[in-house]
Amino acid sequence: MKVRLLDIAHARSGDKGDTANVGLIALRDEWYPILDRYVTRQRVAEHFANVITGSVERFELPNLFALNFLLHGALGGGGTITLRTDAQAKVYSSALLRLVIDVPDAEARAAKLPEHRA
Amino acid sequence: MSRIVRIAAGQGFWGDWLEAPRRQVEGGPIDYLMLDYLAEVTMSILQKQMQRDPMAGYARDFITQMEGVLPAVLERGVRVTANAGGVNPLGCADALLAMARGAKHHDRLRVGVVTGDDLLPHLDSLLASGHALAHMETGEPLAAIRDRVLSANAYVGAPPIVEALARGANVVVTGRCTDTALILAPLMHEFQWPTNDWDRLASGIVAGHIVECGAQSTGGNCAYDWRSIPNLENIGFPIVEVAEDGSFVVTKHPGTGGRVDVHGVTEQLVYEMGDPHEYITPDVIADFTTIRISSDGTDRVRVAGVHGKPPTDKLKISIAYRAGYKAVGTLVYAWPDALAKAQEADRIIRARLASLGLAFDLIHTEYVGATATHGPLAAIPEDLPEVQLRIGVRSNDRRAVERFTREIAPLVLTGPPGVTGYAGGRPKVEEVVAYWPALVDKSVVSPRVSILTT
Repeated sequence: MKVRLLDIAHARSGDKGDTANVGLIALRDEWYPILDRYVTRQRVAEHFANVITGSVERFELPNLFALNFLLHGALGGGGTITLRTDAQAKVYSSALLRLVIDVPDAEARAAKLPEHRA
Repeated sequence: MSRIVRIAAGQGFWGDWLEAPRRQVEGGPIDYLMLDYLAEVTMSILQKQMQRDPMAGYARDFITQMEGVLPAVLERGVRVTANAGGVNPLGCADALLAMARGAKHHDRLRVGVVTGDDLLPHLDSLLASGHALAHMETGEPLAAIRDRVLSANAYVGAPPIVEALARGANVVVTGRCTDTALILAPLMHEFQWPTNDWDRLASGIVAGHIVECGAQSTGGNCAYDWRSIPNLENIGFPIVEVAEDGSFVVTKHPGTGGRVDVHGVTEQLVYEMGDPHEYITPDVIADFTTIRISSDGTDRVRVAGVHGKPPTDKLKISIAYRAGYKAVGTLVYAWPDALAKAQEADRIIRARLASLGLAFDLIHTEYVGATATHGPLAAIPEDLPEVQLRIGVRSNDRRAVERFTREIAPLVLTGPPGVTGYAGGRPKVEEVVAYWPALVDKSVVSPRVSILTT
C-alpha cells in the first residue's frame, strides 16, 4: 500500500550551518514502528537526491515516537550566505512529508494506515 | 509540597513579538523572565553597528521591552536573564540603567553583566599559540579568512549567570552565551544544583531548549493539526514550572491563545536537533533519547527522566566574517504561461549578465509559486495564475552585484509580456556575512561578572 508521510506524521525542521535537520514525528504513537521500518536513511537520501548535495544521517528517538534526519549540503552553503528563499531550512519539514512509502498491505491494514491515492 | 520555580520565556529571537515580555510578567505569577535575542548571524550585525557607533552593539529592543517589565522587577521581584548584550554588554547595561533612573524604586535595580565571551581582541594571540580555530564542518584553518573576521564570540555556559544571581542581580545581561544557559542558570541558583549533577543540569538544558524559541512550543509554527490551534492572535509564550529534581511542566498563562500539548512540545524538542544522544552544551551533555514526555492536563506537558553526562573541555565559538556581496531581485509574471515567461526572463537576464562579462560566484533562480520551497519535489500545476521570478547573485566584486541590480527593471519593457510587481525599486546590495563555527579550549575563555546599580 502507498502511504504518504503527510498522512501519518508531522515534522519540524531547522538549520545548523549548511545542514538541515528534519524531526519526523508519528501522528499516532502506534505508527512510530512504521516510520522506523520504512523511512530509512536510504529512502530519505533518494527523496532528496536532487535537492541536497551531501549525505543523510538518521537518528531514532523511540521515546518521542520520532526520527531525526540530518540533511547535509542542504542550504546552498548555509543560512548566512545562501541565496535561497528557505535560508534556514524551515520548510524542509513539509518537503519530507511529501515522501510516499510502500508498506505491505497486511501490515498497513493492521496499523490502520490511510492509503495514499495519487 | 516541594518548591517550584517558574521561568517564562519572552523572546525567541531578535525581532520576536514586542508585546511578549510584558505579557509574560503581567499574565500571572512568574519568578524569572528569560529573553533570547541572539542567533548565529546576530553578533556580526551588532559588531557592524558598534563599528559605526561605540555606544551600540546590543539588542536595543531589550531596553524598550524592559520599560514594560521594570515594575515587575522592582516591585514584585521578578528576575530577568537576557543575552541582549550582544557585542557590548556593558553598553547595554548602561542603557538599561539610564532608562530605569526615572522609575519608582529604581535603586533596587542590580544589573549583573557577563563579559569575556568576546574573543576578537585575542584572536591573533590564540592563533599564534597554536589554536587553529578550524571550521567545525570543513576543517579549514581560520588563517584562510582571518583578515575578514568581523566578530568572534565563545558560547559561555551558565556559571557566570549563576554568579551574577548569587550576587543579587535582578537583571542579568550577557553577550554570547548559550540560549539554554539563560534557563539553566536560574535553576542552578534557586535549587543550588551542583555543577556536576549531570541529570538535573541536563533537565534544565531540555527545559531551555523547549522555551528558547518562544512561542514555537506553545502553538506557533506548529504543524500538528494547525487549524485547531486557538487564538494565535493572543498567543501565550511558554513557561516552565521546574521542581527541585529537575522534572518540569511546560505551560502558558491562563486565558492566552495557542496550545501546549505533547505533539507541539515534541516538535520543538526535535527542532535544530543533531545527534539526540549528545546535545552538547558547555554545562552538560544532555541525552534527548531519555526524555519522558506526557500530558498533564489542558495546556500542560510534563517532562522528566532526562539523563546527562559531563561536558567536553572545549567551548564552541562563533566567528563571523565578510564574504562578498549579494542581491536578490524579483518580478511577477501573470497568466497565461506565467512560468514559461518567468523562465524566459531568467534566460535573458543570465545572457545579458554573461555578455557584460561580470563574474559571480553564484546566480540562483527560483520561481515563487512553483519551485521556491520544495524545488523538484513539488509537482507544478499546468495553469498557474502567477509566478514570481526571484533571481539572486553573489560575488566578491561589489560592482558586479551593483550592475546586476540594474538588470531587473529593464526586463519590464525588454522581456516577455504580462510582467508586474517591480514597484519596490532596484534590489539592494548587501554585504554577505558568513559564519565560521570552531572549538577552543575552555581554559582560554574567562567570563567575568560585574554588578551595576543606578
